[in-house]
Amino acid sequence: MTRLVLKRLAYGLLTLFVVSLVVFLATQALPGDAARAILGRDATPERLEALRAQLRLDDPLVVQYGSWLAGVVTLDLGTSFANALPVSEYLAQRAVGSLTLMALAAVIATPVAVFLGAYSALRRDRAADHATSAATLVLAAIPEFAVGILLILAFSTGFLHLLPAVFAGNGQAVLEDPEQLVLPVATLVLAVSPPIIRMMRASMIEVLESEYVQQARLKGLPERTVIWRHAAPNAIGPVAQVIALQLGWLAGGVVAIEYLFGFPGIGLALMDAINTRDLPVIQAVTLLIAAVYIVVNLLADIVGLAANPKVRVSAR
Amino acid sequence: MTAATADTGAPAAPAAPPARGRGLLRTAWGYGRTKAGVAIAGAVVLTAVIGPFVSPYAPTELVGIPNATDVDGTLFGTDQVGRDVFSRFLHGGYTLVLVAVTAALAGVAAGAVLGMAAGYLRGRLDDLVMRANDMLLAFPQLVLALLVMSILGPKVWLIVVLIAVSHAPRVARVAREATLRVVEQDFVKSAEAIGVPRWRIMAGEILPNITGPLLVELGLRITYSVGLIATLSFLGMGLQPPIADWGLMINENRVVLTVQPWSVALPVAAVALLTIGANLITDGLARASIGIDRGVQK
Amino acid sequence: MTTEHSGTGGAGGGAAAAVRVDGLTVIGRPSDVEIVSDVSLTVRRGEILGLVGESGSGKTTLGLSLLAHGKRATAITAGTITLSGEDLLGRSEAEVRRLRGRSVAYIPQSPASALNPALRLRVQLAEALHDAPAGGGGVDARVREVLREVALPDDDAFLARYPHQLSGGQQQRVAIAMAFIGRPDLIVLDEPTTGLDVTTQAHVLATIRALTRDYGTAGVYISHDMAVVADLADEIAVMYDGKVVERGPARRVLATPSHPYTAKLLRAVPLLKTTGHAEAAAPGEDALLRVRGLRAGYGKADVLRGIDVEVRRGECVALLGESGSGKTTLARSIAGLHRRFTGEVLFDGAPLAASSYKRTAEQRRRVQYIFQNPYEALNPRKSVRDLILQPYTHLAGRPDDPDAVVGEALERAALPAAYAARYPEQLSGGERQRVSIARAVATRPDLLICDEITSALDVSVQAEIVKLLRGLQDDGMALLFVTHNIALVSNIAQRVAVLNSGEIVEYGPVGTVMSRPEHDYTRALIADTPDFELSFSESPLHRTIQGAEPRTRTAGD
Repeated sequence: MTRLVLKRLAYGLLTLFVVSLVVFLATQALPGDAARAILGRDATPERLEALRAQLRLDDPLVVQYGSWLAGVVTLDLGTSFANALPVSEYLAQRAVGSLTLMALAAVIATPVAVFLGAYSALRRDRAADHATSAATLVLAAIPEFAVGILLILAFSTGFLHLLPAVFAGNGQAVLEDPEQLVLPVATLVLAVSPPIIRMMRASMIEVLESEYVQQARLKGLPERTVIWRHAAPNAIGPVAQVIALQLGWLAGGVVAIEYLFGFPGIGLALMDAINTRDLPVIQAVTLLIAAVYIVVNLLADIVGLAANPKVRVSAR
Repeated sequence: MTAATADTGAPAAPAAPPARGRGLLRTAWGYGRTKAGVAIAGAVVLTAVIGPFVSPYAPTELVGIPNATDVDGTLFGTDQVGRDVFSRFLHGGYTLVLVAVTAALAGVAAGAVLGMAAGYLRGRLDDLVMRANDMLLAFPQLVLALLVMSILGPKVWLIVVLIAVSHAPRVARVAREATLRVVEQDFVKSAEAIGVPRWRIMAGEILPNITGPLLVELGLRITYSVGLIATLSFLGMGLQPPIADWGLMINENRVVLTVQPWSVALPVAAVALLTIGANLITDGLARASIGIDRGVQK
Repeated sequence: MTTEHSGTGGAGGGAAAAVRVDGLTVIGRPSDVEIVSDVSLTVRRGEILGLVGESGSGKTTLGLSLLAHGKRATAITAGTITLSGEDLLGRSEAEVRRLRGRSVAYIPQSPASALNPALRLRVQLAEALHDAPAGGGGVDARVREVLREVALPDDDAFLARYPHQLSGGQQQRVAIAMAFIGRPDLIVLDEPTTGLDVTTQAHVLATIRALTRDYGTAGVYISHDMAVVADLADEIAVMYDGKVVERGPARRVLATPSHPYTAKLLRAVPLLKTTGHAEAAAPGEDALLRVRGLRAGYGKADVLRGIDVEVRRGECVALLGESGSGKTTLARSIAGLHRRFTGEVLFDGAPLAASSYKRTAEQRRRVQYIFQNPYEALNPRKSVRDLILQPYTHLAGRPDDPDAVVGEALERAALPAAYAARYPEQLSGGERQRVSIARAVATRPDLLICDEITSALDVSVQAEIVKLLRGLQDDGMALLFVTHNIALVSNIAQRVAVLNSGEIVEYGPVGTVMSRPEHDYTRALIADTPDFELSFSESPLHRTIQGAEPRTRTAGD
């Protein structure tokens, strides 16, 4: 068990390393001149030269990568081109804002989705099940920004001016004005829940039809015991993976949502950085998103291992 | 029909053989949701395809004051620079549909080949493909596309390549799982025992038995491609102005949402309906595929 | 704990019926097909009714309705079930629930999937006594008592285990303990020994027999295996197509079956001891296949050691072994499907390469392999014609007259030529296996390797396939027949090699090995196999009740 966990940890670190390599190669070593890409076509040769020196584009790739990676490890992510702040300082507060948004969405979506999925399975082929099925099918399909816009159209325009359409804070303390968080969080919840609901339903149905659940019923156990002791614990296992995938997806999903609502987080920072060709910020944000994704999946893996008696208590 | 040879007690041939189960597509068509999906997605695709031929104005033609809902001769008013919203809507779909389908097809084809080879040939190749997959999967698709396009700039071919590349590992995973289930079965061993070449086993024995999951993947990937491309355009990283494109229209007009909702609502509705329709079809295929696979396994 | 029925089952007179079924009909939805039609049965306390039928006969559905349980999409539409004098059907869910475990219990076919993987044994056993007063020490004591009765450890360490930490035999014992823990009046056993090797099966059957007697519990033993039922049951009911076609005391049904279907089933049961299939017309002097000093394994572990086997032309050699003995690995090594072996494999004097891909086309044509599971051996996307023709073309080149090749192959497998147009899903299990045989014999091989090819089939179909193989052998084909079923060996092979954990422990003519086994393992194997002929006079399970007629003994004498 401990060995398995250590193995997963080592593997997560390796993935993170490879991801850093991809980020680096994509931004600094792609065909074409990164300095020109940053400054645009009408840059003067002098400025290009100066930027190349700053990016150390004339050094061998390995050296460039090594010094960049050393910086990443020590949280020295360089200086933002656009606002001359150290990247870590520029992003710290935004990261807290984004993580708050993601955490809120995760905390609401996970239990609700698991419950809805299980409920749907228990009410299989009845009206509640069909309604849930149709709703998840529709929500799973629509891109999340479109869900957000539909929510804005419904709640912030026309007759209902219930909720603000655009975030109007500076990100110092995003929790101070909860009304502004409602629509972004709701959008994320609607976007991450459907796969969890569908997986929980499928898993629960499979378990309910398993022979050990039939055996539990034939033993004469009350239905409550059958569901909560025999079915649910076995059904949740396969769902954990999907939950992890979905929560990891949140890290990338916030980009479009923050852009839509003007929420001051890392996603908006990424879009700003792309428009201003602010390379250090682009590198830092993509790395951060990948890191969140990897960590969430790692956690799910470990929880999954710990919950499985076949792994926890090895066979004799 | 010749009579059964008698003495070994073979079952006499019945007058008519038991009917074959219906194929995947026909079974899927039997579900109401598939029909609904085809109707919805079909309507949107039809709009995208014949839209450019029936639109009242050219997509870049200025027809009135910006952001008005009551301009004479327009159905839904004008956008933020004064072009006809309806005409831009009619012109704005076919690139999206075309790019999405191309990217999904390429991604599914690449993923199927990789997954099948990994699942059947196993060994080093399997390790390599699956490890590379895990790395690629650590990037959300959208972020990978943004990362590369922030350097190379938004180009249509790049969108196709990036989306196909980010689909491939996800499809490969599904194709590999399906292949593993098929490879376990003895008919593959039976072909190996008489020395049928590996590539022919993949093409002749395995591929026909994983078309179900692959079709489902194709549906899913088309759904996601539409969403991704629309999202990229919405973020300003897709097609560039002044082209008429649904995602771009949303991006350009979202600031004036409260004044001129049509210029956002129309493309949002089209994108939403297209993805919903595609997903309904996918779900029908998935249900049919599960049912058929169960039937095969006894 | 009230134990009104426990232990004293026989005292009230053996004539008391534990369960009485009258005119029971179960239909499937939505097709309204009758799965069980108009079935009537009675089982007395302390006795076992053997419910025999082939797959699809409705026996499991009938068994489950004795617990007032229907699978999804089935419904009981007519009839009554009287359990210990009380009507079972038409009760509320809560009332039925209270009866389960206490009045009627169920032992499933596959304990590996019927035990909850996430719960410790203690929890799963104790909860079967769901109506016991909470927190009493009585439950714990009872759990340990019943574990001792099924010959399992009763210590805390064992109770703390999860199902995956047990062997298959232990899992089945736990399932039995779980059923007997509530001292039920009736116990339904749904093929509980499927998947166990014969030695374990013999022990499990003995335990079941002893417990039903000790507890005075009535048993309904569902099985497709006539030999097992003959060993165990007091009465036999034969099911066919949802109906009980014959029912009576076991001895009478076995000796003088009155329904043709029963007679057919009985004829199909292979006899344990014969002198083997007669020698083929002219056994060649030289060996067609000669294996010397073969050693094979997976990774570092050796599965087979020092294997010497010979198959002569036109001869059938049986490879007998239980699961895990390495018999399939040996067969696959010879077929070129398992490459990790060392040693000499000579076919017609020439060495066979380890991988089928390194063998000559002629060698691949002359050695053909038939697989165990007919549901997996045929590509479901191909027609029977293609299934036969494609391998033929690959091995022997494009034939001048493809239809003739297909037709002849089908004929040799005793299938009508019209079957060429069918797809596997349109065939029954037995027909699929015939197509596998047709595919293998189409290229006119000299050696046919048959890997447990009858084990997935019903007995009557099994008998037909064996007959077919004997016919092929008479035509001069040599067979390597891999099986775990010792009774089949007598019926098809001339010589037998007995495999036990990777080594051949006995090798010789079938008649000699069967009548004078030399190795302890072979002896145990023969003793533990339910033997049809012996059943009523010599079976250890029945010996105790000799002369005890009418069977109204008190429990445990």
